[in-house]
Amino acid sequence: MLPTLFNENKCRVGVGVGIQNQKFSISIAGVGGSSTPVQKKAEESNTTTLTPSLLSSSVAFLTLLEVVRTTASIMGSEAQKVFDAKDASSMLMELRGTFETGKTKSYEWRVSQLKSMLKMTEDCEKEIVDALHSDLSKSELESFVYEIAMLRSSLTLTLKELNRWMMSEKVKSTITTFPSSAEIVSEPLGVVLVISAWNYPFLLSLDPVVGAIAAGNAVVLKPSEIAPATSSVLAKVLGEYMDSSAIKVVEGAVPETSALLEQKWDKICYTGNGRVGRIILAAAAKHLTPVLLELGGKCPVVVDSDINIKVTTRRIIVGKWGCNNGQACIAPDHIITTKDYAPKLVDALKLELEKFYGKDPLNSEDLSRVVNSNHFSRLTKLLDDDKVSGKIVHGGQRDKTNLRIAPTILLDVPEDSRIMSEEIFGPLLPILTVDKIEDSFHMINSKEKPLAAYLFTNKKKLKEQFVRNVCAGGLLINDIALHLAVPTLPFGGVGESGMGSYHGKFSFDAFSHKKAVLYRSFAGDAPARYPPYSPGKLRLLKALLSGSIFGIIRALLGWSKA
Amino acid sequence: MSTMELEAAVGVGQSLDELRQTFRSRRTRSVEWRKAQLRAILKLISDNEDHIFAALQQDLGKHPVETYRDEIGVVVKSANHALSCVEKWMAPKKGQVPLLLFPSKGEVLPEPLGLILIFASWNFPISLALDPVIGAISAGNTVVLKPSELAPACSSFLAKSIPSYLDSKAIKVIEGGPAISEKLLQQKWDKIFFTGGRRVGRIVMSAAAKHLTPVTLELGGKCPVILDSLSDPSDIKVAVKRIAGGKWGPCSGQACIGIDYVLVEDNFASTLIELLKKTIKRFYGENVKNLKNLSRIVNRQHFDRLRNLLEDPKVAASIVHGGSLDENNLIIEPTILLDPPLDAEIMTEEIFGPLLPIITLNNIQESIEFIDSRPKPLVIYAFTKDETFKKQILTETSSGSVVFNDVLIQFLCDSLPFGGVGPSGFGRYHGKYSFDTFSHEKAVLQRSFFPELEARYPPWNDFKMQFIRLGYRFNYLGLLLLFFGLKR
Repeated sequence: MLPTLFNENKCRVGVGVGIQNQKFSISIAGVGGSSTPVQKKAEESNTTTLTPSLLSSSVAFLTLLEVVRTTASIMGSEAQKVFDAKDASSMLMELRGTFETGKTKSYEWRVSQLKSMLKMTEDCEKEIVDALHSDLSKSELESFVYEIAMLRSSLTLTLKELNRWMMSEKVKSTITTFPSSAEIVSEPLGVVLVISAWNYPFLLSLDPVVGAIAAGNAVVLKPSEIAPATSSVLAKVLGEYMDSSAIKVVEGAVPETSALLEQKWDKICYTGNGRVGRIILAAAAKHLTPVLLELGGKCPVVVDSDINIKVTTRRIIVGKWGCNNGQACIAPDHIITTKDYAPKLVDALKLELEKFYGKDPLNSEDLSRVVNSNHFSRLTKLLDDDKVSGKIVHGGQRDKTNLRIAPTILLDVPEDSRIMSEEIFGPLLPILTVDKIEDSFHMINSKEKPLAAYLFTNKKKLKEQFVRNVCAGGLLINDIALHLAVPTLPFGGVGESGMGSYHGKFSFDAFSHKKAVLYRSFAGDAPARYPPYSPGKLRLLKALLSGSIFGIIRALLGWSKA
Repeated sequence: MSTMELEAAVGVGQSLDELRQTFRSRRTRSVEWRKAQLRAILKLISDNEDHIFAALQQDLGKHPVETYRDEIGVVVKSANHALSCVEKWMAPKKGQVPLLLFPSKGEVLPEPLGLILIFASWNFPISLALDPVIGAISAGNTVVLKPSELAPACSSFLAKSIPSYLDSKAIKVIEGGPAISEKLLQQKWDKIFFTGGRRVGRIVMSAAAKHLTPVTLELGGKCPVILDSLSDPSDIKVAVKRIAGGKWGPCSGQACIGIDYVLVEDNFASTLIELLKKTIKRFYGENVKNLKNLSRIVNRQHFDRLRNLLEDPKVAASIVHGGSLDENNLIIEPTILLDPPLDAEIMTEEIFGPLLPIITLNNIQESIEFIDSRPKPLVIYAFTKDETFKKQILTETSSGSVVFNDVLIQFLCDSLPFGGVGPSGFGRYHGKYSFDTFSHEKAVLQRSFFPELEARYPPWNDFKMQFIRLGYRFNYLGLLLLFFGLKR
């Protein structure tokens, strides 16, 4: 979904401390109510010291640490110890123990955890918004809409529907197995691992956890180390609000993730990029663990010419730059339109961009920054490519100190340039042109399957063709990113954009095993099932397996000639 | 690698190019094509029944009735079911859309994944090959089928007959051993469907990881029977018949859903053993040289593996029936063991052969703990009339499926998903589940250009924040008030 750089662990400080922090949360759970004032203090120091830089988040960590030191003396020499395979394995053992007690299977437990999480999103909204601002300079409204409110609606829906989802599904049994009854029972898989991403570090961490809890599993969450402030808030608040004997957070980077991946999980859910996705799958293969991969891809937007251009451009802009400044797995990666229409589209985009973000977008409060300097230099390299640098028709300004790149539009970049061969994941938007709008479908299908594909048109026929011909995780016509908010639609990729899906009931299903149950009585045995075998038995079997009642009667009466 | 295999390996690349081209031509997507292929499978089966009987006789010594029940019948049933349902399966499913997004239309459209690789196994070499193929075709994919080289007659039958009945530009059979499999696994597939053992399952999944290919693994495990102490003699008779038919009937115990062992209360064990002995005699005969209706062990290697299980002295001492082996014909007599040591290989490894350990417990309730302390099996069979015990089994154990008062027939129930959990595999198939396994569920949302909600767009302000808060709470009245300036 996003180019998380697996070996880019720039927050070494945060790593060791993060583990402490997790210990901290466990100890809090043990101490109970007595630690509340301390938590308050931690929250305060956290929120007051956080400013948009990595340094300040370490400050927040250290403040937290100090708090811990005053409450429980669990620090000392342990402070430098990195979470290793041994720690992972003992943590897993504890969680398995919890799972085996059957506690997490009860409806009451699931609901209490989901409610507790809901309360957390209300109590800690400010903390979360501040952490997101520290990690990504995300505006409050964007944090609210795409992270907090999305999680809340996911929780509300799950709480409302869980009872129904948990019910076993009666299915018709066939005449072949008559008399019998059959049902499908959803049961939890066990202990699941959720590894999340830095671009929506709150939502993408907790939304899968909601599914895992709803299905009755124990969970370990590994938030992304590239959004350290959010990672630390997650570790803290989950420790406070959730049942720490069944739900745990492990903070850290490569060594911690590797330690976790060595363990045997019952399911792994990973949000990120294809390169790490492959590592996760290979690790899971050793234990035959099923995997849900939410990856990304180059999501195209096809723009036809008979459209309401104002609405179209506004929707594209808010989907591209209004979603974490292009750092989203479903953000538009590039636009495909006709040669004739392209100039008009560019003008309209420029006009609306200025209305949204002003004349100086580098200083707009409403745009997120690029997550870190690695990604900043990756993006500027894409722009500085010889084949590409001359194609900029709007924007292109950058501010290295504050990690900001202005919304940038490029027209007719060559298809073999780097910007067109890898996922952009940033505020750059190339526009490709075709002679006929239908040519765009071929263009999309000749590349790897994206997570989402968008079309703006009023033509019914073109819509139909698009839906039939374009292969992507999801399709959205005349809008951007909104399909994400529809819980009756599965969200997930196909091919390079991932495997498996979640959201709504699909989340519950993703973390459940669908156990087939068949009830038979002792009566109703066809003798043909058993040896010694004879030609008559063969005849009856043929009739039974074809489900033909007349055939069965004929065979039983010996009338069949077969 | 033999020269023949080498040639085949060279051909793999070309075959795949052709299949991908066929998929791109979109031919395999039409409902007509899918139905024509399904009908062709039915015709292939009905034209070649005798060939199939002969091939299975040769590979496994399977009796024709057994072949019909477990191979031909299964394929015919699946193909007929798919034929009658495929249009319904292909139809898009409507999804409800939140009012805030009004007007819009949401649906889920199943679409084929592309090119599928199916590895079949040797124990049911026709049905476990064609059953998944039926799913892949119903979903509109192109397919490569790799039959098991350990059932060579069936493998060659499939390789010869499939091209002459099915669309050979879309469905191919590639025969061969591990070298070919390895070659196939290096390619990029859109899905791999594997039936077989855990060790190879891991290899398949690791290879798939390189290309991010989703995998369905149909593995096995030690499937237990829980036999409650039934009071009604006629129920006991039925249960014993079903156990004896289910253990030795399908391929002589060489089945992933076959019975591995029986759990029973101490005082019931002797009755069970006596009845089993009688039933065995009636079903399969007595002397190892004159056994009827019983498949042979697939090959020397497996024969030796099973013999090793029995040769452990403590295990040998626990044999209460059978135990004779006919090395020349690779036949092992139906064998019953009473309480072999639980740490012996026969109780730690999947048996996959005609040996049936009976494990006695003080109380049948202990069976739940017994099963829970071992890897999750593909299926749990339980013979009981006790409704509370049934409920307990359902909620306190975990397995691919659970069958009460019968064995094996869940395989025939198309409305139930068939598949494992944990070490018994993941992913599922049969009926609609086969179709789903080979489809991508594409989410489609259609919106119109109007109405347009201003609050979606920056620059952000308090009004917009307020609007969005209410919107997410589905507080439509609040929204209305906000618009009229009545709410602050």
